[in-house]
Amino acid sequence: MTTSEFDSLRPPDPPGRGKRQGRRRRRPRREGGDGSREMPMVPEPEFTSYYGRPVVKAPPWGHEIAAYLFLGGVAGGSAVLGAGAQLTGRDALRRNCRLAAITAISVGGAALVKDLGRPERFLNMLRVIKLTSPMSLGSWVLTAFSAGAGVAAAAEVDRLTGERLPLGPLRRVLRAVEGPAGLEAAALGPALAVYTAVLLADTAAPAWNEARDELPFVFVSSASLASAGLAMVTTPVAETGPARRLAVMGVIGDLVATRVMRQRMDPLVAETLHTGRPGTLLRLSEALAVAGGIGTLLGGRRRGVAVAAGLSLVAASALTRFGVFEAGIHSAEDPRYTIEPQKRRLAARRAAGIADDSITTAG
Amino acid sequence: MPQLSGPTDPAADARWPDLRPRKGFFTDTSICIGCKACEVACKEWNRNPQDGNLELLGSSYDNSGALGASTWRHVAFIEQEHDRIEEARDSGRTLIDLGMPRFGPPAADDTSQSERTPPAASPIPAAAGGQAPVLDTPEFRWLISSDVCKHCTHAGCLDVCPTGALFRTEFGTVVVQADVCNGCGTCVAACPFGVVERRRDGTVAPKTERAQQTERAGPGAERPAPKAEVPNLGVAQKCTLCYDRLLDDQVPACAQTCPTTSIKFGDRADMVALAKERVAQLHAQGRTEARLYGANENDGVGGTGSVFLLLDEPEVYGLPPDPRVPTADLPRMFKRAGLAAAGMAAAAVLAFAGGRS
Repeated sequence: MTTSEFDSLRPPDPPGRGKRQGRRRRRPRREGGDGSREMPMVPEPEFTSYYGRPVVKAPPWGHEIAAYLFLGGVAGGSAVLGAGAQLTGRDALRRNCRLAAITAISVGGAALVKDLGRPERFLNMLRVIKLTSPMSLGSWVLTAFSAGAGVAAAAEVDRLTGERLPLGPLRRVLRAVEGPAGLEAAALGPALAVYTAVLLADTAAPAWNEARDELPFVFVSSASLASAGLAMVTTPVAETGPARRLAVMGVIGDLVATRVMRQRMDPLVAETLHTGRPGTLLRLSEALAVAGGIGTLLGGRRRGVAVAAGLSLVAASALTRFGVFEAGIHSAEDPRYTIEPQKRRLAARRAAGIADDSITTAG
Repeated sequence: MPQLSGPTDPAADARWPDLRPRKGFFTDTSICIGCKACEVACKEWNRNPQDGNLELLGSSYDNSGALGASTWRHVAFIEQEHDRIEEARDSGRTLIDLGMPRFGPPAADDTSQSERTPPAASPIPAAAGGQAPVLDTPEFRWLISSDVCKHCTHAGCLDVCPTGALFRTEFGTVVVQADVCNGCGTCVAACPFGVVERRRDGTVAPKTERAQQTERAGPGAERPAPKAEVPNLGVAQKCTLCYDRLLDDQVPACAQTCPTTSIKFGDRADMVALAKERVAQLHAQGRTEARLYGANENDGVGGTGSVFLLLDEPEVYGLPPDPRVPTADLPRMFKRAGLAAAGMAAAAVLAFAGGRS
């Protein structure tokens, strides 16, 4: 560095700019007393990254995927409710749930295909069955579920249209298989609702990976309350007793599982679930779930209240899925959420005497 | 389910009939000069399209930013002053004192240590803990590192790929079949190193838009962008360790072109031995900041095919300090999911059995 009499005329360097841009220091500088270096006034946090760039990559998923998380849950839950109605002779509930299931899974499936980088190759999902790939297993579950839900819904459409579908002799076949098809879809319903939780958890996105133990419970609860809420909207109160009970159980499960999830996560990563936009979405979701649950308990037998409570529950589930989805993307984009918990767990293992499993070695 | 974590031979696990020795890189960052010839050679050989808008990123000499769909070798530049050099030396000394990859405190039991320590990792000479080495620039240094796909023993991207587009080669490397991949993007999220990415035209589109704007603004306002054809659009892309070249017994393009032999290529076992030799050499010179990354097969990804010699903590280079393949926890996740699904079914049964309304 040169010194000259003109140095005093040079404008001061803006703090945090220049070659140190984006990098935060782990310790305050030891030297600097001679005035030749900038002296930081506040010790910066212990965190280093490469120019603040992400360590892991966020998946290239748009909100179609968040919408599918929601719709897949609605479809799975609706098929379960539909099968219950089928077995207990609640005709309107059965019909509405079957139609809800096929509608939700059709829209959700279309959203999935649209989000692919090469949508025309969506059938490649069924090239292999791969046990280590939640998306592979999920694709098979989705396909098998859609087959059952489709047959069951076709029978309902045929009845609704006064047997006007041009089925001919196939009508008798349809009538014979609609019951088993509805049960098949219902058997796969919970799997359809839960596999997306494993799909998200089986990634390097810190918020999803850290939530791997509780996310399945959050997702099945959310699916239960959403499908039950939808049934309360579509079906007269005389037949929605089971839906109301499922909704209340779903709300309780959702509240408990979300709380446990946040507590068990690394505190820094949990931050992504209660700050920013994901935090807002999840807070709103919780409020709507509580409101919907209370409405269901107190006024679920009155049609108007049931519809309002049902809509509130459906919205709560959608917000949960969007909130969790966005939290995961955000946690991958900020290197702090990747680096700090990893350093902590490495240090914890070393403190416990486990020193042979680090990727960094001295030799 | 196949083996999901721990030491193993990945190509043998993939049941290759004609097994070849596992190949890998050893990237010695202590002799990298930051010429970026590896980036260029990689782009040229693999015909990867332009990444970004040729803009300066303001991060030292690094203008490619990160590994991505069209950047399979990425040279990182970090500028450090005296105190950071000292910190790196301290953290390296701590690592040596830890006696890794040995167990327990270093002074514990000499016989068990010598059994566990491979011969290449000779005990660190006393100089390591002693006086600082004489460096040519003690007040400043550039850390320069050519990053690449790690070709993990347990590759998260490969595990979660639903189409089978990603596969394990006979060389133990991980390659995307571009004609099979449907661009679902799961592998992008599953990679603990942030390597694989879905190729999009988004990186090229702004340039063409800008070129159109330039045409409207008048000639000479800005250099118009060449309209490049982008192959394999919308599918996952990453380093193949030059699979096509390996099949012809050729060295990968980046290693072939590296003028300082910072990028070495060969059998993975030889690369690890070479890396251990080199790090011991540096330690003997008192450069305790030197450390290996990826050479330990007991780590979270079962060891990497690409081994690095680093001169600071991994996160300084943008590498994760303790990566773990997410699939290692998959059996537990499936159990939890099964429990949750059973709970949902039970709740439904309860709801229908619970009354007559």
